[in-house]
Amino acid sequence: MSETIRYIIIIVGLLAVLLTVAGGLTWIERRLLGLWQERYGPNRVGPFGLLQVVADMIKLFTKEDWIPPFADKTVFVLAPAVIIITTLMSFTVITFAPGIVVADLNIGLLFLLGMSSMSVYSIALAGWSSNNKYSLLGSMRAMGQMISYEVFMGLSLMGVVMLAGSFNLGDIVKSQKGMWFCVPQILGLIIFFIAGLAETRRIPFDLPEAENELVAGYHTEYSGMKFAMFFLGEYIGIILISALMVTMFFGGWLGPWLPPLMWFIVKTCMVIAFFILIRGSLPRPRYDQLMALGWKLMLPLALLNLVVTGAIVLARR
Amino acid sequence: MLSVIRTLWHVFLHLFSKRVTVQYPDERRPLPPRWRGRIILSRDPDGQERCVACHLCSIACPVGCIALQATQDEHGRRYPEFFRINFSRCIFCGFCEEACPTYAIQLTPDYEMSEYKRPNMVYEKEDLTINGQGKYHGYNFYRVAGLAINGKDKGEAENERPPVDVRSLMP
Repeated sequence: MSETIRYIIIIVGLLAVLLTVAGGLTWIERRLLGLWQERYGPNRVGPFGLLQVVADMIKLFTKEDWIPPFADKTVFVLAPAVIIITTLMSFTVITFAPGIVVADLNIGLLFLLGMSSMSVYSIALAGWSSNNKYSLLGSMRAMGQMISYEVFMGLSLMGVVMLAGSFNLGDIVKSQKGMWFCVPQILGLIIFFIAGLAETRRIPFDLPEAENELVAGYHTEYSGMKFAMFFLGEYIGIILISALMVTMFFGGWLGPWLPPLMWFIVKTCMVIAFFILIRGSLPRPRYDQLMALGWKLMLPLALLNLVVTGAIVLARR
Repeated sequence: MLSVIRTLWHVFLHLFSKRVTVQYPDERRPLPPRWRGRIILSRDPDGQERCVACHLCSIACPVGCIALQATQDEHGRRYPEFFRINFSRCIFCGFCEEACPTYAIQLTPDYEMSEYKRPNMVYEKEDLTINGQGKYHGYNFYRVAGLAINGKDKGEAENERPPVDVRSLMP
């Protein structure tokens, strides 16, 4: 019984924290981008502009939630829900600290990758149901990009799985006690990070929403809370990729002095800040360049990483 | 690849550089005295209106936002009966100031004139006239101009010779 209550507390706490942080990320991102562009960012509403999040929320909630008459209504409403559900589901297997996990699956990593792939559906459905050429182009790009980058996103993590000998995220963290996997798997880390950028459709790879060519890509027709859900989904996706990166490569909750959960939060925040730094500095490649990078460079590198890691693991045995 | 890392590092370094933002209501940039802002009507050193209602400013105005009506007082001095500037049309080009022969109309370094209602952007003479000389001190049109008004005849202005008596002009 107490087990059940514990899980419920973890689930409710996780949901509350995730949704708040995802909302807060909009402020953090604008603030950090501002700082890196020699501006201040939003700093007028409340202390340090923190209440900007509240102001944005009020604005989005009170906005007209318009469904275009030419759209496929059911799918149009369903699409933003799918992205939130899939990204939130992925968090169930992430081990934040010893014992703080919703579902301690022994194939946690596979479940997570599968769930994050499911978010493609959201974008595909959003673009299709909008009945708008820009939305469709955006979602087509997103599908192509996410499916191709998923391939080596999974492959780049397999090196870590080999070293740890488990798909369970908790066990992977535990096996990093001696050395974080970012050292032996540096290539895997870089490949995973690039794939993560593409998976979350962040700026160097934000072709699906490329403002200056496609209006807003797949969420062109969305407004109000539905638009906010896409946004929330994107930010939760960033948190997810960062958390996964910390778990797989930076030793999860391991670290001296601070309590384990604090370590996890600190590391995740660092990775998120790096995500934002990338957004502030790198331009967007052309679509064919994106595909060439994915299939001609990243996939062979991921395979090479896999083979070399496998050989070393085999030789050590 | 190296250039990407270099870019990231340089962007990160911007965290420590000086901000370019001027946080407007809290801090303001110093405005030069010739800034073209809110238009005023000035008075001469004697405290009289400088405007002689010559209409040059309203003619020079490219958007036609100045309206005035000329009239005369008992001394024969021309002055505007009303003087109206519609600031919702004004583009602050300063042509009126250049056209003014008496330094009456002047632009000032003030730009905070937002209103909630559009009619409030129309300034009447009492809103425009200030109790001073503005940017040009010590200038009084009637004191230097050869125009006759009550109490000052032709030839009595500063630096003005008495008018030539054409009948005494002998070849």
